[in-house]
Amino acid sequence: MHRPSAFVLLGLGVFLGVGGAVHAEPGAPSAPAKQKPIDFSREIRPLLAENCFACHGPDEKTRKGKLRLDLREEALKPGRSGDPALVPGKSVQSAVIKRIFTSDDTEVMPPHKSNKTLKPHEKELLKRWVDEGAEYRIHWAFVPPVKVAPPKVQTQGWARNEIDAFILARLEKAGLKPSPEAERATLIRRLSFDLRGLPPTLQEVQTFLNDQSPDAYEKLVDRMLASPHYGEKMATLWLDLARFGDTSGYHFDSTRQMWLWRDYVIQAYNKNKPFDQFTIEQLAGDLLPGATTEQKVASGFNRNTRFNEEGGADPEEFVIRYNVDRTNTLGQVWLGMTLQCAECHSHKYDPISQKEYYQLYAYFTGIREPMVSMNHNQPLPPLLRVATPAQEKALAEAKADIQALEKRIQTELAKIQYQEPPAAPTPMIKPPEDIVWIDDDTPAGAQLQGDGAGWQWGQAPQQPVQSGKRSMKRTGPGLHQHYFTGAQKPLLIRSAADRLFAYVYLDPKNPPKAVMLQFNDGNWEHRAYWGEDVCFLAGSADAANHRKMGPLPRTGEWVRLEVSPEKVGLKPGTPLNGWAFTQHGGTVYYDRAGIRSVPPDDRYLHSQRAWEERDRGNPTLPGEVRAALNVAAPKRTEAQKTLLRNHYLRHVHAGSRGIFEPLEKQIAENTRKIKDLDAAMPTVMVSEEMPQRRPAFVLHRGDFQQRGEKVEPGTPGIFPPLPKDAPANRLSLARWLVSPDHPLTARVTVNRLWAQMLGTGIVKTVGDFGTQGDMPSHPELLDFLATEFIARKWDVKAMLRLIALSATYRQSSGFGEKIPEIDPDNRLLWRAPRFRLTAEEVRDNALAVSGLLTRKVGGPSVMPYQPPTFYQGKNESWKWEQSKGEDLYRRGLYTFWRRTSLHPMFAVFDAPSREECTAARPRTNTPLQALVTLNDPTFVEASRVFAQKILQQGPSDLEGRLVFAFQTTVARKPSALEVQVLRKHYQTLRERYQKDPKGATAVVRVGQYVAAPELNPAEHAAWMGIANVLLNLDETIMRE
Amino acid sequence: MNENHPAYLHQILTRRRFLTRTSAGLGLAALATLFDTPAQGGAVGPVKVPGVLGQTHLAPKAKNVIYLFMAGGPSHVDLFDHKPKLREMHGKEMPKSVLGDQRVTLMTRNQGHFKAAATPFKFLKHGKSGAEMVEVLPHLGRVADDLCIVRSLHTEPINHDPAVTFMQTGRPQPGLPCFGSWVSYGLGSETKELPAFVVMISGPFDQPTPSRYYHSGFLPSQHQGVQFLPGKDPVLYLSNPDGMPHEVRGDTIEAINELNKLRHARVRDPEIEARINSFELAFRMQTSVPELMDVSRESAKVMDLYGAEVKTPGSFARNCLLARRLVQRGVRFVQLFHRGWDAHGDVAGNIKRQAQAIDQPAAALIQDLKARGLLDETLVVWGGEFGRTAYGQGNLSGGFGRDHHPRCFTMWMAGGGIKAGTTYGATDEFGYNIASNQVHVNDLHATLLHLLGVDHKRLTYRFGGRDFRLTDVAGNVIKELLA
Repeated sequence: MHRPSAFVLLGLGVFLGVGGAVHAEPGAPSAPAKQKPIDFSREIRPLLAENCFACHGPDEKTRKGKLRLDLREEALKPGRSGDPALVPGKSVQSAVIKRIFTSDDTEVMPPHKSNKTLKPHEKELLKRWVDEGAEYRIHWAFVPPVKVAPPKVQTQGWARNEIDAFILARLEKAGLKPSPEAERATLIRRLSFDLRGLPPTLQEVQTFLNDQSPDAYEKLVDRMLASPHYGEKMATLWLDLARFGDTSGYHFDSTRQMWLWRDYVIQAYNKNKPFDQFTIEQLAGDLLPGATTEQKVASGFNRNTRFNEEGGADPEEFVIRYNVDRTNTLGQVWLGMTLQCAECHSHKYDPISQKEYYQLYAYFTGIREPMVSMNHNQPLPPLLRVATPAQEKALAEAKADIQALEKRIQTELAKIQYQEPPAAPTPMIKPPEDIVWIDDDTPAGAQLQGDGAGWQWGQAPQQPVQSGKRSMKRTGPGLHQHYFTGAQKPLLIRSAADRLFAYVYLDPKNPPKAVMLQFNDGNWEHRAYWGEDVCFLAGSADAANHRKMGPLPRTGEWVRLEVSPEKVGLKPGTPLNGWAFTQHGGTVYYDRAGIRSVPPDDRYLHSQRAWEERDRGNPTLPGEVRAALNVAAPKRTEAQKTLLRNHYLRHVHAGSRGIFEPLEKQIAENTRKIKDLDAAMPTVMVSEEMPQRRPAFVLHRGDFQQRGEKVEPGTPGIFPPLPKDAPANRLSLARWLVSPDHPLTARVTVNRLWAQMLGTGIVKTVGDFGTQGDMPSHPELLDFLATEFIARKWDVKAMLRLIALSATYRQSSGFGEKIPEIDPDNRLLWRAPRFRLTAEEVRDNALAVSGLLTRKVGGPSVMPYQPPTFYQGKNESWKWEQSKGEDLYRRGLYTFWRRTSLHPMFAVFDAPSREECTAARPRTNTPLQALVTLNDPTFVEASRVFAQKILQQGPSDLEGRLVFAFQTTVARKPSALEVQVLRKHYQTLRERYQKDPKGATAVVRVGQYVAAPELNPAEHAAWMGIANVLLNLDETIMRE
Repeated sequence: MNENHPAYLHQILTRRRFLTRTSAGLGLAALATLFDTPAQGGAVGPVKVPGVLGQTHLAPKAKNVIYLFMAGGPSHVDLFDHKPKLREMHGKEMPKSVLGDQRVTLMTRNQGHFKAAATPFKFLKHGKSGAEMVEVLPHLGRVADDLCIVRSLHTEPINHDPAVTFMQTGRPQPGLPCFGSWVSYGLGSETKELPAFVVMISGPFDQPTPSRYYHSGFLPSQHQGVQFLPGKDPVLYLSNPDGMPHEVRGDTIEAINELNKLRHARVRDPEIEARINSFELAFRMQTSVPELMDVSRESAKVMDLYGAEVKTPGSFARNCLLARRLVQRGVRFVQLFHRGWDAHGDVAGNIKRQAQAIDQPAAALIQDLKARGLLDETLVVWGGEFGRTAYGQGNLSGGFGRDHHPRCFTMWMAGGGIKAGTTYGATDEFGYNIASNQVHVNDLHATLLHLLGVDHKRLTYRFGGRDFRLTDVAGNVIKELLA
């Protein structure tokens, strides 16, 4: 049910307008004479919520004096005492104001017993608000955006599209001028990083510089958007939001496999999947009717939550944490709101109640998942297996082979002339016989294990032997055993009359307290013991997994122990694959063990009729064969007759079975190959809905032990309601987020795209559009872009293209002669921003410039160089298995992401741990970053390989090489002074390395990449020094 | 000045030897920072600090912290909280009235009994204060009159990861800055040669100590704890590659910075100046960190004070000595993690081993700081993420252990502004519940910040629409702990 909240009624129904996006005017001169009008959402609502709503809010049960202050129309009604609580424009007549200012202790509001007090400036604020009209305004972000026509501007000829009109109008208002267009080299490098996360190649730069056509820039933008690396850049941004990691976080931080989901994201962006569709697939791909593999993979988004496997962790606590995380992530990513406050109490600032929080949360409680686990590095189902192209091919081949073999079998079957023999004689009743499994040795395939020395065989006369040459000896204090599993040929229990047996000889001088036999049919829950009850310390006293057989056998002689299979829970037809000999203390010899069983009647091997009688009702036969057997012989169809005949000849008949065995073996091999391929297929954790979702409750203070009201899924009342007939599931939730009248999703998304291209969002706090977030610098532009996004059917590339083509985007990022005092932070965009590359880009740039970068898209995570000491003191059981060859040089987005101890290069360059959703990364500048780019083997090796490239691909003269190197690094040509500095440094280095050949040889060896042998080490080392300088320039790790 | 102007080139080229010049006397330069800064021990009012606060809110009693984090949860009833009642009740079920309905972990919830378990050790009284400690802590006993022992700490989570996170950041979920990061952010660094917040780890691995435990959360990454490691590269990526001598590195950085200056002349982004600074600092760290780690010039007397293990790099003893050297050089916050306290089995063996490792070095640290007059301006804090249960885990006739116990545990503090020679707070006769003067983790943080001159409610950072602080929405300064 979706009752519009009081607040909405108030905002939309009573007040006739919408709180304007009265943004902070950068540098606007302060007007002391006229105070800024009070902002209800930011300044007043929190005060009312904190101090008044508990007794005068929406909750009828706690309401005092029939007064509610959350609705303006209610607050304006005359109260019990006669005076209305609020009289717009007249604070003196307003009861609320009187009561908060009164010095009468019995009258004052909030009352003393509430333990709440208003500070003097807060009282003044409330008073002023009433005097200004006591208006209740809805926060701008909760009102759907309306398309605004671009404003008129004075400067003609600058604006290239609508964006520019909004930007320019604002600049003109502030008396500022836009900056000139950036140089072409800067533009291509800027576009390349903003849209691909990579630098342009020198060839790309030259192509663009030489393109004189009027639409050269437009074509460049289109080339960038069409690049397969575009999806990688977009995915890197999405991975922070989606809290993607290769490990589970928390305590042990085990590994998990999620890269197929990452591949999906890359491909979705490359295919330019509309953002609404993308949203639906991320949150609820599994619930789409006829969901494709791709859509199911997409739903792995929900499974990116951390997972706890700490011993003793409470499952209920953590399954709640996973869903709290999903709720908070939804808030950040689509609503641009920090919902987490409402986990513990109703949101003080934004109109989301605690109950509404848990209603959103309830959408996720149907997701199937393990709750906690005490095992490390275990898969966390549900998982989806997805074949790679190579696996797909091998699978098809194996399946084709099986088909061909089946065909050959059919041909062979057709050739056989089977003659039913004359009626077989009545079978002779044979006496039972011992089928020996263990005597002098264990059966083939047995995997031996045991306490102490394990399996100890010995011969007479050193020890008693009952049969054959050897017996087993076991001795020692306490409980111990030896055993095996995995016998290739199982020991079959044929009938209930069978007896499992083993011979034991108890040392009279040192008898045990107990002996025990234990059998494995897939588990070990079949135990029989003689003597004291000391061998198994759990379970009931006498049960199939703990069967009391009798007193300890006589000592000093061989005793045959026998166990009826039924007594230890083994049914006829059960194959055993393992056996254990257990004792408590003492010395025991064991010999000859197996099963006593009546030999089978083997007439069925020669007569189909005998087989049919014997196997009627055999549950192990294929279904159709079983069905045919159940039909009386005369009533069988021709097809059934053929089926039975063929089955018999192929699998049973002694005379023909041999023909088919080699073919069957090949089929079995192919079947195993298919099974192995299945097992080797990468998996991905996906969403799956349980038939019954876990109940959801409001949790007092977010504590899982303090349950409040039970809640059902629902969306917060401040937003447009769901369609009436929408089922209460994630799919409805996802569709609701991308419904065109939703006020936030489109705004929040275009704002992130803007931040991607312009460094900062129009709303600077990209993850917080709530009342505590920053106001948009250009509210109309934001709404223009949001409505445009919806009108263009959520086309992400189209929006990025629109921004890239604007004159705003193309400005120079230089600070100019003087930074305008009115807008030092460039919120008005009088220049393009200049900002540091991300951790991934800093790495990718060095690899790309040097030529080392592997440009393969997608695939499992890799482990590039990481200091071997890095896990020291953290968790020594973690392994960092350094990748080899091209995998050392893959883009940063493929680097294995260990959430609790992120690769140090990434952590130092501000990459988040991704334990939780991260809306924005800081951009810092620290000495530790300098140490990384100077000394991390990735960067040192890149310098070395870059040097080789300069020597091999650059011109042959010094100056030419320096220009080539410089331009390869930052796309523009160096100035004469820059060349001079580099030349001088080169000369110093070359002299030094010529005098120090050993040092030169050492330095050109860093990294796995094989160096060209023909290079002179001193020359190579000197150029490596130049490359090292270039890769460490401020400009190199900045996007200008 | 236009970059093509000949005078500009002259200007940058005359600066060429700047770096190598300054790097010559780095050891002294590092020490000098200590004398430049007014000692804060005796401050009577707020003092200026290089951090975001600009100046402290209150008169600081200490300016540095050495936090000895005992990871895994040391058993308070076997170390500092003597409970004769457990001896009397050994092997008997704990009374229901004592257990209450508190959570226990799944490890002991299913064992079916909660039998009181007495410590196998004797307790001794020490010093004028008569502080009680277990017999296996003889050295700490000797400095008992310098300690303030708090027996009534309590926390919220019951599992390691959330509990360590809680102790470090004031919240069980990840993402918040830890104590050291807040201090680095608020008070800034007193040294340009070293990071403001340094972490070292020792002890046997039983529970992970991931880098998240000393991460800066949403604070800028320069406030992250920097782990110092034993061995060739004490700070990751500190060493130059083979074949690149120190002078070449100096030349390289000069070339980088000259080019950066040229770029600055053109685009005038102040960020470039910050980058130039970062590279100069990185270069200085390449000298100052190895100098710090090299203890060969410490006197034999000092080495003996810390015990034989001080000779082993990576030991707790060595880390204690390095902690002293770090605060001596103006490092604001040093955190040592010593692992191995998670005694689910054989608590007796665990306590013996762990006490052996930490007793002498921790006592030596206090004595050494005191002898140098540094204890007055340094806060030393000792403690884990929770305590351990008064009832045994496993069979009491065998080598029993103890389970996690967040309801009460012991920590101690020493140094600047701390009331020495006191024991504060008490638990019930089983050491299971707090009997008086409880101290929540938020209170502990509030108190420690107070000693650093910081009002815990006023050191905040706006993130995601909210002002965050170390003490979340709680925390009271415990006045009784202040000298």
